[in-house]
Amino acid sequence: MTPGAPDVLVSDVERVFREEYGRAVAVLVRRFGDIDVAEEAVQEAFVAAVRRWPSDGMPPSPAGWIIATAGNRAVDRHRREASREDRHAQAALLHTPDEPAEEGAVRDDRLRLLFTCCHPALAPAARVALTLRLLGGLTTAEIARAFLVPEATMAQRLVRAKGKIRDARIPYRVPGEADLPARLGAVLTVVYLVFNEGHTASSGDRLGRADLCAEAIRLGRLLVELMPDEPEVTGLLALMLLVESRRTARTGQDGGLVLLADQDRGRWDRGLVAEGQALVRACLRRGRPGPYQIQAAINAVHGDAPDAAATDWRQILRLYDLLLTFDPSPVVALNRAVAVAEVEGPRAALALVDALDLDRYHLRHAVRADLLRRLGRDAEAARAYEAAMARTANASEQAFLHDRHRALTRPGEAEPGGPEFGASEPDEIGAGETEPE
Amino acid sequence: MKHYLLSIQQPDGGPPSPEVLEPIMREVGAFNEELRAAGAWVFAGGLHEPSTATVVRVQDGEALVTDGPYTEGKEHVGGLTIVRASDLDAALEWGRKLARAVTLPVEVRPFQGETGDHLP
Repeated sequence: MTPGAPDVLVSDVERVFREEYGRAVAVLVRRFGDIDVAEEAVQEAFVAAVRRWPSDGMPPSPAGWIIATAGNRAVDRHRREASREDRHAQAALLHTPDEPAEEGAVRDDRLRLLFTCCHPALAPAARVALTLRLLGGLTTAEIARAFLVPEATMAQRLVRAKGKIRDARIPYRVPGEADLPARLGAVLTVVYLVFNEGHTASSGDRLGRADLCAEAIRLGRLLVELMPDEPEVTGLLALMLLVESRRTARTGQDGGLVLLADQDRGRWDRGLVAEGQALVRACLRRGRPGPYQIQAAINAVHGDAPDAAATDWRQILRLYDLLLTFDPSPVVALNRAVAVAEVEGPRAALALVDALDLDRYHLRHAVRADLLRRLGRDAEAARAYEAAMARTANASEQAFLHDRHRALTRPGEAEPGGPEFGASEPDEIGAGETEPE
Repeated sequence: MKHYLLSIQQPDGGPPSPEVLEPIMREVGAFNEELRAAGAWVFAGGLHEPSTATVVRVQDGEALVTDGPYTEGKEHVGGLTIVRASDLDAALEWGRKLARAVTLPVEVRPFQGETGDHLP
């Protein structure tokens, strides 16, 4: 090792990989017009980095080194294939996407790649997988594990999606102003899907998968950096930070779910709360509210309350009224009903919940059960908890519902909470973002 | 540039009545004019009903001719347009316009290779 050169560990290379993989792939896709070529070259460059950096020291610009090395690898490969006179391989490599054409939008390769990965012509599951793979640098095995599908299935999904991008020529471009709102909506949906999948796994026995949440927040920060003038982009990041701030508090010592009302607010990450609230204020000042900003604002109101009793439910109810104008879905109406229960009482809320056409959604039954319990209608509440349990595969949620059910049917053994059990809380029941299937 | 096939997905059960069809055909005519003006037109045409189809297949070296269509379904290809476009977004823009004109779903599908591979 060169004297004075800092030690470079494999973990340093891993950190650079995490931070720069997406940028490197994005640059290479622009230069070579082929996702597979780009991925392979960037991976080879990182293999070279693991070999070289520990002895040579970290280069001044690790990202620049990776991109230059990957570029050389791709050119070498191109020469090899050209010498084999593989006409199609050449054509694929030499096809440079029609350059500018992007009107008034930021010129950044990662942004283009995000819009390609989240193109509406791709199946939603493929958009999520491609984004995690190409921008997040997650391996196929990691993505498969995160979404609880066999690795072969995920590999096939990625191959098929990349094949469609290539064969149908899905462009590598930031959409023009006319298409931007709809296309950006698709990008935000993908990022939020990743976050939600980490926040509450739809099945399996672990409530949260922190790595997916961290990845979604990283993508959210990237989007804010790339599109600072889009308030919904900022709103989405704020929403994710505020929900994330409660991660440790929402899991009890036994690993079970703890509702917002019962959480130890001293365990909230105050740094994330402050950052999220500052972002909410900044984006709402622009006067272009949207669903992500409003959901973030609702979570910001919770962040303001020193304890559950101090929550400004009237403010939350006003925000849900506003959210319903953007997203008049029964799931949002269900969350609004939870706020109504706090402002007007459980009877008014129950009438709203009963009117909702959401029979297959377990949280509708869980909210209903809680309202019935608060009205002293224990037998009906027990039946509603049973209906909720029958409709979720998430083990943590199952256990939580089971405890509540047992407290009603065998009150002598009831351990938790006492009378002040509180409503199922919007955050914990999905805050209007998770559509029932 | 690439070629894309825009196929009109028509429900079975005969053509709509003339009063319905007439304004649709006017819209399709305007669409084709726009395609030509943009230099994107390659070919377009409507098809007769699937009951007019005939299937040819080779069995043991013999070309067998039978009454069609090849597959029975709830929909059939009612007509097709081939456009020249730089990428899928451009092709989808034509697809949107055609779907509005015919008031039916349109499937957009890329041809293999580049435009130069197909035409002299």
